[in-house]
Amino acid sequence: MSGKEYRTITDVKGPLVFLNKTEPVSYGEIVQLMLSDGSIKNGQVLDTSDEQVIVQVFEGTASVDRQTGVKFLGDVFKLPVSKGLIGRILDGAGRPRDGGPDIVADEMADIIGAAINPYSRQSPESFIQTGISAIDACTSLVRGQKLPIFSASGLPHNDIALQIARQAKLVGSDDDFVVVFCAMGITAEEYNFFVHDLERTGALENSALFVNLADDPAVERLITPRLALTAAEYLAFEHDYHVLVIYTDMTNYCESLRQIGAAREEVPGRRGYPGYMYTDLAMLYERAGLVKGKKGSITQFPILTMPGDDITHPIPDLSGYITEGQIVISRELHQKGIYPPINVLPSLSRLMNAGIGDGKTREDHKSVSDQLYAAYAQGRELRGLVAIVGEDALNERDLQLLKFADIFEDQFLRQSRDEDRSISEGTLDLAWKLLSNIDTKYLVRLDQKWIDKYHPTERSSSEEE
Amino acid sequence: MSKENGVIYRISGPVVTAVGISPRMYEVVRVGDEGLMGEVIELHGDQSVIQVYEETSGIKPGEPVIRTGQTLSVQLGPGLLTQIYDGIQRPLPKLEETMGVFITRGVDADGLDLERKWDFNAVVKKGDEISSGHVIGKVQETETIEHRVMVPPNVSGKVKSIKSGSFNITETVCELDDGTEIAMMQEWPVRHPRPFVQKYAPDVPLITGQRILDFLFPLAKGGTAGIPGPFGSGKTVTQQQLAKWSDAQIVVYIGCGERGNEMTEVLDEFPHLIDPNTNKPLMNRTVMIANTSNMPVAAREASVYTGITIAEYFRDMGYNVALMADSTSRWAEAMREISSRLEEMPGEEGYPAYLSSRLAEFYERAGRVQTLAGSDGSVSVIGAVSPPGGDISEPVSQGTLRIVKVFWGLDAGLARQRHFPAINWLNSYSLYPQALDQWYRDNIAPDFPEVRTEISTLLQIESELQEIVQLVGSDALPVDQQLTLEVARMIREFFLQQNAFHDVDTFSDLDLQYHMAKAILSFQEEAKKAIAGGAQLEDVVNVPARTDLMRGRFEKGYEDRISDLVSEMNKQIDASMEAN
Repeated sequence: MSGKEYRTITDVKGPLVFLNKTEPVSYGEIVQLMLSDGSIKNGQVLDTSDEQVIVQVFEGTASVDRQTGVKFLGDVFKLPVSKGLIGRILDGAGRPRDGGPDIVADEMADIIGAAINPYSRQSPESFIQTGISAIDACTSLVRGQKLPIFSASGLPHNDIALQIARQAKLVGSDDDFVVVFCAMGITAEEYNFFVHDLERTGALENSALFVNLADDPAVERLITPRLALTAAEYLAFEHDYHVLVIYTDMTNYCESLRQIGAAREEVPGRRGYPGYMYTDLAMLYERAGLVKGKKGSITQFPILTMPGDDITHPIPDLSGYITEGQIVISRELHQKGIYPPINVLPSLSRLMNAGIGDGKTREDHKSVSDQLYAAYAQGRELRGLVAIVGEDALNERDLQLLKFADIFEDQFLRQSRDEDRSISEGTLDLAWKLLSNIDTKYLVRLDQKWIDKYHPTERSSSEEE
Repeated sequence: MSKENGVIYRISGPVVTAVGISPRMYEVVRVGDEGLMGEVIELHGDQSVIQVYEETSGIKPGEPVIRTGQTLSVQLGPGLLTQIYDGIQRPLPKLEETMGVFITRGVDADGLDLERKWDFNAVVKKGDEISSGHVIGKVQETETIEHRVMVPPNVSGKVKSIKSGSFNITETVCELDDGTEIAMMQEWPVRHPRPFVQKYAPDVPLITGQRILDFLFPLAKGGTAGIPGPFGSGKTVTQQQLAKWSDAQIVVYIGCGERGNEMTEVLDEFPHLIDPNTNKPLMNRTVMIANTSNMPVAAREASVYTGITIAEYFRDMGYNVALMADSTSRWAEAMREISSRLEEMPGEEGYPAYLSSRLAEFYERAGRVQTLAGSDGSVSVIGAVSPPGGDISEPVSQGTLRIVKVFWGLDAGLARQRHFPAINWLNSYSLYPQALDQWYRDNIAPDFPEVRTEISTLLQIESELQEIVQLVGSDALPVDQQLTLEVARMIREFFLQQNAFHDVDTFSDLDLQYHMAKAILSFQEEAKKAIAGGAQLEDVVNVPARTDLMRGRFEKGYEDRISDLVSEMNKQIDASMEAN
């Protein structure tokens, strides 16, 4: 039944092809289009009924005509998966892009991916040390988490993602991460930057890349992340790898989604994005985590650029509702010359509490992190006040907090691209050192027992007694 | 019931159109060769539009559609508690057994274990007149909860025979004169509210142990509350705290379209939680419904109805039930998604025009009622709303605010300052205090309402003073206003902030809340006196005993020590006056 070729195209609209009723065609089925010049395009059934079938064509509909042959392959989209994916570069539709041979499949995996039974999940609770103080102290990442980077054009989100990919490790474990990298509509230049960096550090051999560049078909972007996640699931749950999935740029993905919606003449939701974008994004982001009885894990780092730096734009907004927090890159800090310019105030890791504390990072981590936040937030607020009334109007406490905000940015946030700080000596001790610039009585978030144990000056004085 | 068969005509995502059958609205049908579960949501000429609760890829036009004759119902009876369901009452542990960690489709599972035997103790006898809703027997369902087996709807008569003993839930335990057989299990269509005699006014508070909620913005038993909050403002943690600590006997938690990992955290955490009142696992009195954001959207739409029907069932036994729905926005989005697949004319922001009436119908199912059996029961509904961009002018928030009586406004700004629970005390409200004040006077302290008013007035004054401070700095204020700022800060940092992850601080009973509030007022009073007597504000504020008082709340036995700590603080404040 899959052999039949139809020449019944009635309409072609944007990336969609409409066919007159054929034999029953299943929803989600894979389609091949045979063009008159002999080339082949791939697509997928979006809507099927007795009269009409709508096919979304991944490579775009250029040069499709009414004589184009359409073949239904009788199956949904599948990716050949095997351990051989590691070290390979594939294109946005899963074909080799590195000149290597085809992937020899151990298994053909459905790329839509079934939902993980929430009861079968395992709570993520292993702290991942990224070596970046802002993340490790304030928005700690755990294995199995999905933590997007909310960035904007012109900001160094790629450097940060790469630094994380390079430095990420579990404290007290030799397990390395396999990186699955998924590019959606990024420029060749950005792509080269990623590949060169992965090559330079030798990480490329430990990575699988799925690449759809800016000049590749836009509709293909809708399947690229699904391929990457299917590969990640296979590696994590069949071969016990710890997989770090980095995908960039989610904004391009959402635009493709909007393009399809518009071509189907669907009722648009906010800013023209389809009403089902939440569910659609959830079906990507939710493919992270750990499951009972399997050793592997999937940790996701989606990168998205907020159009107009607007965090309330539907893309970051809906993402934020699905992901477990976010790392927000700040233009203001970037302009001050601080790298990584992570604004810890709107950043958040929802799984942080499960991954930190005694036996995981350090017993005082939570208190220290709360105190850093509180002090920095108040210090930043005071900057606004100082701009109006000057420093003279501040009391002693406010002056100390104001000064702390500067030190925090300059010494805590700022670090070099190759600086890998350990959580205990590198990050938390540094935090205590900086906090000691504030009088202890103002440090209300810190339990007295931590002050006695870790405060650089209070500690020594109590020991002398 | 005629069971005619139809065929699929069209498939578009979760919406399937069938021809050849004429089902009733909301009838459950089986779709395709795999028998996927679906519900009829629109009739259109000879076409029936069906929302399918499972993934539809791979299904073809021409496959069969079979009527079941029933509307979407839940199974009610012993075995509900401790269970974890998906949106259409399939037990998730059972699904794991049959299909592994990933949820595939076409698997049917009973909501209740039909085989398990329960010890049924009859409480009526031969010859008794019974009618729908009457308790005929009891089953110790879990260590802490006694399940009261009720006469199913639309059944009444004289008992012909009834037997105690060990039965499964489908076996007949009671027979009526007219031959009607009653088993422990009954079914109820989820979209219909269960009947009751009358609704009472809400005049008993639901105690949650969360200071800002109980003290400033209380919820009554049988009341409704909305928690709108932008993401990252601690909404989920707040709801989990409510589930853990509120004094309802039964908790129904609906995770509707939420994150898998967070749902897991709840699923992992609950079985380990100990109920502070009984020292038994909290799960013993909990039913959970978990439908994560990537599970089929139609089941998400159904999940809130499944949840509230179960809640009403326990209410009818005479229990107080707290129902948490997290989040109703995800539910509304499911409605929007299905509505858009149906090509309905959209209302505001693409939501269907019936959004607000659906929300109202849902919240109206809350209430404290006289049950058919004559006892009191309540369902309190706490619905989370996740407004896009934190903007509560959007339709779901607005539709919710028009209905609920309590608004706990979570604030991302506070969350950023790590002020948790990040509930904004200026824009939150509760319409219940008037109805509840008498209860507080009788049960906690005669001046409880006055103390509350004083505390909230101080916070109000602070916000006005802060505006001045923003302009001129705090040193420019007169000393009494500076003191007010200090007191307000104490309210915020000592009283309103509460650490959900701290063993001791996570729960404060109403007595302790009252004493903490009194301690703050006592500080204010003493400080005023001391300053009038010549003490420096700085010295008064910095007496070490005040820090001890504030830090003390993290230690066990605080409620016993608080009055000593207060008198020590007062002594030191007095001393600061003499020092000058």
